[in-house]
Amino acid sequence: MSAVAEKNKQSKKPVMAKLPAATGWVEDLRRAGRAIFDAQGYPTDSKIEAWRHTNIRPIVETEWHPAVADSSAAADLFKHYAFGGDAIELLISNGHYQPAHSSKSLPSGLIVQSLDEAASGPHAEIVKTHLGSRAKADKNPFVALNQAHLNGGLFIHIRAGAAISQPIHVVIAASPDEVAAINYPRILIVVENGAHATIVESYVGPQKGIYFTNAVTEIIAGDDAVIDHYKLNQESREAYHIATMDVIIGRATQFISHSCTIGSSITRNDLNVRLNGEHCFGLLNGLVLIGGTQHVDYHTLLEHAYPNCPSYELYKHVLDGKASGIFKGQIFVHDVAQKTDAKQSSKTLLLSDDAQMNSQPALEIYADDVKCTHGSTTGPIDEASLFYMETRGLSREQARQLLIYAFAADVTRRIKVEPVRARLESFMAALQGLPQDFRIQELASHDDDAVY
Amino acid sequence: MELLKIEGLEAKVAGVGGREILKGVNLTIRAGEVHAIMGKNGGGKSTLAQVLMGKESYEVTSGSITYQGKDLLEMDTEERAREGIFLAFQYPVEIPGVSTSYFLRAAVNETRKHRGQPELDAKDFLKLVKEKQSLLKIDSSFMNRAINEGFSGGEKKRNEVFQMAVCDPTLCIMDETDSGLDIDALKVVAQGANTLRRPDRAILMVTHYQRLLDFIKPDYVHVMIDGRIVKTGGPELAQELEDFGYDPIEKSLAGSK
Repeated sequence: MSAVAEKNKQSKKPVMAKLPAATGWVEDLRRAGRAIFDAQGYPTDSKIEAWRHTNIRPIVETEWHPAVADSSAAADLFKHYAFGGDAIELLISNGHYQPAHSSKSLPSGLIVQSLDEAASGPHAEIVKTHLGSRAKADKNPFVALNQAHLNGGLFIHIRAGAAISQPIHVVIAASPDEVAAINYPRILIVVENGAHATIVESYVGPQKGIYFTNAVTEIIAGDDAVIDHYKLNQESREAYHIATMDVIIGRATQFISHSCTIGSSITRNDLNVRLNGEHCFGLLNGLVLIGGTQHVDYHTLLEHAYPNCPSYELYKHVLDGKASGIFKGQIFVHDVAQKTDAKQSSKTLLLSDDAQMNSQPALEIYADDVKCTHGSTTGPIDEASLFYMETRGLSREQARQLLIYAFAADVTRRIKVEPVRARLESFMAALQGLPQDFRIQELASHDDDAVY
Repeated sequence: MELLKIEGLEAKVAGVGGREILKGVNLTIRAGEVHAIMGKNGGGKSTLAQVLMGKESYEVTSGSITYQGKDLLEMDTEERAREGIFLAFQYPVEIPGVSTSYFLRAAVNETRKHRGQPELDAKDFLKLVKEKQSLLKIDSSFMNRAINEGFSGGEKKRNEVFQMAVCDPTLCIMDETDSGLDIDALKVVAQGANTLRRPDRAILMVTHYQRLLDFIKPDYVHVMIDGRIVKTGGPELAQELEDFGYDPIEKSLAGSK
């Protein structure tokens, strides 16, 4: 291969979409995003610490084309993945909110719009204030790339005091109409004081095929709010998924996150949460169930900016085959954030000799009266446990299934949205060759120091 | 009827250069009998218990074990369990996330399937469990807790004997079940074990101390030293050991060499 061809192979710029004109400040954001991405390119330099452990070459070496906004495939995926029941179902197809397919009757206090519409409508000021305010283009080239494609995203607004009891389920469907399609989902969620909401982001797509989802979600919450957030990645095991979720919450607000990955070939999730008031409660739980050559990289940041906030974090990985996992859990405690109580735990089950886990806690503490603990364990299934169970008449296979299931179910049983839990548990059961409706009702509590 | 016959059993720690632990054990247990194996630490008592259960970290190098006329060494651990052998562990394992109730029902039903009996549904299982719980003074919250997780030493041992009662074994092996128990807990555990005495069932206790034998009267007491059973007697042998220790036996062994 010639030097020029070699260089071309090394890095290909995504083909930029021709976007419809937008409001001036949206155009500005796009331009800024594009300029930053053009300047920085993909973070392939091995000196970039945040990206050192994830090989993004397969992404970089592909020339990505913007996926077509609407597609009938997305509607089919939507039908398949929607929860039904009383859930509010919203569809994003290849990054574009599809109001025609989405739930139309919404409870009072809940506003759902495409970001384009919101950016020029009566909520324009709110959108303008918050869009891009947390997920900064200059901090992450993939955020910049997403921002360069601001178009057709989703705006969810929950008014002060509104308690939305049914889950708001956003199905983010990648439906590539050609090989190597990229989609840029963008979601802005604004939760006002005292509001309660449960939001589920389901990332789905065809179960075969290479596509790339580059997503950004921002959540801005006021005081005394309760947000229960779930993210479920069920994309194709050949797909690529790079996403940032950036969250800021006000005084005495609870933010609970469950992030679960079973799909995609390469996944990178950045989850940044700033507890921006006293008496906040932050909880980040994660579950990764992968095999083959899948790679999942979670970078979480819990930022304690005010005193008297507890935070809990429990990430569990089950890695089979040659799968690899990264967990970088950062806790940043500002000097004023006295009486912080932060607890972090990362546990990994390696089901094969070739699976690999790299778990790194990173505590930066500038206050002197805080409690911060972290723990990390990685290992195969415990032989002593297997033997114990066998001595009671369970087969080795049964014992193994039960131990793996229980390990993962420790996260799923904390999930309050039944369809999310059921979806994960049936996936877990299928992985273990158990019947689809297999569920251990009498699961015992576990890791209760991790709460929830 | 001979339930268990161990002949010339030799075993070592599995793997190249593994230490020899059992150096020719002979032991016959008939249905209805209670046997106690006593001995100092490192003599091979617990290894024998684990080898009987088929633990893979030990390798049987010689000898045979016949259980109810079948070659036990040909069976996997789970098969031994389903055939009616139960080992109450010296150090019961904590298994986070799996409730005792789910685990125990699965265990009972595997054995029932093996024996051609219908599986117990949740209701029948609960009935069985309730009966055994009161026997071992076990709180019903036990069932919903993860197996042994966060249990005290005494709770773990009681849980072992409780599980033994629920599993309805033919041969009960109790490995140092008395260690770590206070006298009240010991009485409860012993009482539970005593109710398991039946003409068609045998109990093999491995213990350091005479204390347990005050509550569960053995028919035979064996002394195990350096991988062999060197002396067998009735319950009076336990008292002798309590009074004089193992020294006289060790000395007489040395003398006979």
